[in-house]
Amino acid sequence: MKMYRSHIMICRGTGCSSSNSEQIAKNFEEHIKAHGLQNEVIVERTGCFGLCALGPIVIIYPEASFYSMVKPEDVEEIVKEHLVKGRVVKRLLYAETVTEDRIKSINEVNFYKKQHRVALRNCGVINPENIDEYIAFDGYKALTKCLTELKPQEVIDIIKQSALRGRGGAGFPTGMKWSFAAAAPGNEKYVCCNADEGDPGAFMDRSVLEGDPHAVLEAMTIAGYAIGGNQGYIYVRAEYPIAVKRLGIAISQARAYGLLGKNILGTDFSFDIEIRLGAGAFVCGEETALIASIEGQRGMPRPRPPFPANKGLFGKPTILNNVETYANVCTIINEGPEWFTSMGTEKSKGTKVFALGGKINHTGLVEVPMGTTMREIIYEIGGGCPNGKAFKAAQTGGPSGGCIPESKLDVPIDYDNLIALGSMMGSGGLIVMDEDNCMVDIARFFLEFTCDESCGKCTPCREGTKRMLEILDKITKGQGEMEDIDKLENLAKNIKNSALCALGQTAPNPILSTLRYFRDEYEAHIRDKKCPAGVCQALLQYTISKEKCKGCGICAKQCPATAISGKPKETYVIDQEKCIKCGVCMQKCPFKAISKG
Amino acid sequence: MKSIKDLEEIRKKTLDTINLRKDQSGIRVVVGMATCGIAAGARPVLMSIMDEIKKNELADVVVAQTGCIGMCRLEPIVEVYRPGEEKVTYVKMNPSKAIRVINEHIMKGKIVDKYTIGAEEK
Repeated sequence: MKMYRSHIMICRGTGCSSSNSEQIAKNFEEHIKAHGLQNEVIVERTGCFGLCALGPIVIIYPEASFYSMVKPEDVEEIVKEHLVKGRVVKRLLYAETVTEDRIKSINEVNFYKKQHRVALRNCGVINPENIDEYIAFDGYKALTKCLTELKPQEVIDIIKQSALRGRGGAGFPTGMKWSFAAAAPGNEKYVCCNADEGDPGAFMDRSVLEGDPHAVLEAMTIAGYAIGGNQGYIYVRAEYPIAVKRLGIAISQARAYGLLGKNILGTDFSFDIEIRLGAGAFVCGEETALIASIEGQRGMPRPRPPFPANKGLFGKPTILNNVETYANVCTIINEGPEWFTSMGTEKSKGTKVFALGGKINHTGLVEVPMGTTMREIIYEIGGGCPNGKAFKAAQTGGPSGGCIPESKLDVPIDYDNLIALGSMMGSGGLIVMDEDNCMVDIARFFLEFTCDESCGKCTPCREGTKRMLEILDKITKGQGEMEDIDKLENLAKNIKNSALCALGQTAPNPILSTLRYFRDEYEAHIRDKKCPAGVCQALLQYTISKEKCKGCGICAKQCPATAISGKPKETYVIDQEKCIKCGVCMQKCPFKAISKG
Repeated sequence: MKSIKDLEEIRKKTLDTINLRKDQSGIRVVVGMATCGIAAGARPVLMSIMDEIKKNELADVVVAQTGCIGMCRLEPIVEVYRPGEEKVTYVKMNPSKAIRVINEHIMKGKIVDKYTIGAEEK
């Protein structure tokens, strides 16, 4: 392989790709060639760096200069200045790295300082389409160790000692799951990977698959060795085209190197992996529904037991782990379980990846040790809410989770603490809401989602979510009654106790947790017929202040419903019957005389 | 089909070429590549340094470039930073001088005094 003095790493994750990072990469190649640097500088397309809010991101080594929000037309300047003359283009650097007298390294910046990358260790560092780069950073070392030095039981013991828990949300101990499948009778066993990331706003698994696909393949192969299985399936949604493509490339490269297939590394262990595409149904993230979908049946859950570890895919013992869980396995084997348990809290070890979204400055992907507080994640890493708005709540676990209010932000995050708060870890989606979000409306949004995604097999979920959604609809339209709150609570508890699978059992969580922390907002909607955040349109009223109105008439001219009338230089009036609550008048008023409430 | 030995081989070879993406604690060789440096012949100097590093498999040496240091008359300038030691500035370099610096200073820790700025300014 050739030596290059400088490596240009361009993010080709989904976020940066959608803002044209492929064009940026092509421009780099073109300009580098034009300046005759093609033998000294190499352009690499890589996975997610995490700071998606500032994409497209380009990092240039050896200086590790962190360029953010790069446009294709900026490339010429970077090549001419940075690559030809060695002068970093300060204007395009991530602003937080630039101080008056020096340029900070990326690890000193708030966004990265508190992070600890284990599952994301290779994302943004290697070219995910080149197996050699994965191998260079200790890739397939763990597999080699397992196949040549460890017995299957010893592999399971290491995972057990590491106390790794499932990163898909439920937090079941991974080592335990493996040992059940290993103990199950039969010589045909399966290893499955759940990459059906369905929570709105979650993209942790996608980023791992896009940035480091071999880490998942290697861990699945290790799992196969541990439980005595020879075939693996990755169930990934078809709406992740980049992840699917890179997985395909990774599988064929691993096969070419004999790291998948017959007699891996010359041992008598054989293992292969196939991809199965999902159509994007939320319920297929549930393990028994996912297994049914791989089998070619309709994706619907079934009662457990029997658990998949005993009777799973094609009726055979099966383990099913989430992408992020697998992404931790190889490092645990290489570094030892003690290293892993040195991070985290008493019952939750290691790190967790979160996808930050919603009303937050640094939208993106972060990985922090368990036990980090929500406040650290939202304020120190995430940079707080934009436009100086006040933080209201953070939703973890997506539609299955709950919200965490300001008063609970200092609780260390782990599986058990989040459950105690009425939420759950979930797969790691973290949606931040500010003062402009109505919590009743948020609950309604998530219910609408679960109601849509309910497979319809069991009555509590099919009918119950629908009834709850109807009540929420009623409340947001100002037609609620106080007893609706009791009805909601009753329904929620019954659905939680009686639904067939986790989708139904967790669907009431957004309602229960918003009721727990923001009951006053429900009451304001019902009793006062007001939406405190000004979101629920039916409860809004735009009014013109007598004191502030100068009678300019701009509002009347702009109103699309001709609901505003008045004479010049007198106070204008809004006809509430005609008003469609579009808010145009409020935006256009030069004297800020119009308010909503 | 790769054997375990093959994997080790790939790991070592690839690591040499991509190691500069990890935190660097080794030696840094910095070449002045502003207009003055380039005009005085910094590019062939840079290329010969890279070739020599590759030839000797010096994985932990980073080659970087910098802008004008302000002594354009002494270009091409090459600076060598060894961890824990003072920076050494070599001036009026050419490819053969650069190779000697790699062989003696980088590989054996022996500064090539007569090419340094101190010798030039005497």
